[in-house]
Amino acid sequence: MNFLLNNREEVIDADNLTVSMMLELKKFSFRMRIIRINGVFIPKEQYDTTFIREGDNVMMLYLMSGG
Amino acid sequence: MRFSEIRDHLAQFRVGIAGAGGLGSNCAAALARSGVGTIVFSDFDTVEPANLNRQYYFTSQVGMLKSHALKENIARINPDITVIAHAEKLDRKNIPEIFAGCDVIVEAFDRDEMKEMLLETILTTMPGTPVVIGSGLAGWGNSNAIRYRKADETIHICGDESTTADDDLPPMAPRVGLVANMQANTVVEILMKKTRDYYRL
Repeated sequence: MNFLLNNREEVIDADNLTVSMMLELKKFSFRMRIIRINGVFIPKEQYDTTFIREGDNVMMLYLMSGG
Repeated sequence: MRFSEIRDHLAQFRVGIAGAGGLGSNCAAALARSGVGTIVFSDFDTVEPANLNRQYYFTSQVGMLKSHALKENIARINPDITVIAHAEKLDRKNIPEIFAGCDVIVEAFDRDEMKEMLLETILTTMPGTPVVIGSGLAGWGNSNAIRYRKADETIHICGDESTTADDDLPPMAPRVGLVANMQANTVVEILMKKTRDYYRL
């Protein structure tokens, strides 16, 4: 399946890919992050139940302590 | 464009700043000098000696609420700025109230979970409001790692997006100042492209 991750083409060999699975496959490990799919904010509680679909535009950013 | 014209344009807008620590206090100073009309911020902390390595406060202000101290400092920089200072701990409930009507919101917290809470709250309750995040500024050197990135239409990120502040990699004035001023620069850029929505006044 192809989708955009932070404006880069991403190919993952899976038909039913949840946000949680994507994070695990990509080894994204930081705790504090924000994810939007096609502009819609995805709350943490929905990572297990939200599917990434063909052609989706996934935006992810990490929030680092310090200020 | 002359500075007087830029200042008059910026005077029409209201900017929210979430937190008045290293990012918030320095960003507020740059926005006040630029002439942003109204600055709304909230911070429940008091000024401590340990803050003075990077935050826009003075030794004489130690012990003061940051909300009072920053309001005072902005007035000393530019008395024409309207400052709405709150000394509340920001949470999911009061963020939409305190920052209602802001043209841009600056994320200026220290802790990552507060940054996340603010972003979640804005994206769910105030969608469409541009937010300028500071993420990754700890330590010193490596100036070129600090950059600006537009994540999507409303999310702007300033910082190296990789360093986390802790006891062995503290936030310090030079790099915090770089990010805070980059945030202010981003706010100015957003506002210079904007015409005021007069119906909201």
